[in-house]
Amino acid sequence: MAAHIVPKRVYYLVFATLLLLTLVTVDVAFYDLGILSFPVAMLIATTKALLVIFYFMHVRYSSPLTWVFAIIGFFWLMILIGLTMADYLTRAWISLAGG
Amino acid sequence: MAEGTTVLEHQFDDLDQQREASSLGMWVFLITEIMFFGGLFAGYAVYRSTYPDAFAEAGLHLNVLVGAVNTAVLILSSLTMALAVHAAQVDRRKALVVFLLLTILLGTVFLGIKVFEYADKFRHELVPGYAFAFEGPHAREATIFFSFYFAMTGMHALHMIIGIGILAVLTVLVRRGRFSSEYYWPVELTGLYWHFVDIVWIYLFPLLYLIGRA
Repeated sequence: MAAHIVPKRVYYLVFATLLLLTLVTVDVAFYDLGILSFPVAMLIATTKALLVIFYFMHVRYSSPLTWVFAIIGFFWLMILIGLTMADYLTRAWISLAGG
Repeated sequence: MAEGTTVLEHQFDDLDQQREASSLGMWVFLITEIMFFGGLFAGYAVYRSTYPDAFAEAGLHLNVLVGAVNTAVLILSSLTMALAVHAAQVDRRKALVVFLLLTILLGTVFLGIKVFEYADKFRHELVPGYAFAFEGPHAREATIFFSFYFAMTGMHALHMIIGIGILAVLTVLVRRGRFSSEYYWPVELTGLYWHFVDIVWIYLFPLLYLIGRA
């Protein structure tokens, strides 16, 4: 399987979208969304990250094995942050006897 | 390709297989990098959820405009890096050198702005361990925010410096004619690394600069 050559116009389009999303995330940060402001900021950042991964890093055009490797990286990151926060965020839920 | 000039190493069947293996090797390295930065991000998550008010207040001391401009500079450098890989794939050596040099230039601009920001933090005495003149009831917890700020942006900047070094070596090799559209993956792998560093910043920007703005 020869390397897929991504047309330059795709790169320009991704670049423009990334800039637009940067402006959106800055603008949104100045509105009081309460509890939603963090998820919205992370959603925009993750959209930007996925655009970079799929197009600039060519994962969209890569072999299934590359997909597996890319997904594994984020899966382990989710374990690291997910399990850590599952501990810290739930500590106040119960009070230990004698605590 | 004549014997002796071939770039195909003996353990591979053909160049495509060799390219695929190189790319996977780079992804494995990037996974270790994800876990490396992941430790910092997990630590940040723990302390931000423990001291949300202090983090929101401390975040206001960062300059959103400077951070946003730096984000744009880094995204632009990712574009020039992607175009460099494209130029390598279609064998346009002059364009490849130009795009590599542009990427180095934009990376240097990013670091220059970062130096300006760090100097500003030192001037305003917001550097834990050096001088910390943060006013208010959250002063103690704010040192944690600024410790994360310097650790995370500092590690990110170190990766940029290493990236610029790799790009400089690559530029020299390209000028010596070491690559062609048949063998260009050192350019591609450097691109993967550069885009990864870009992604780290894409998360650092909202986490450090944009919290507590509303």
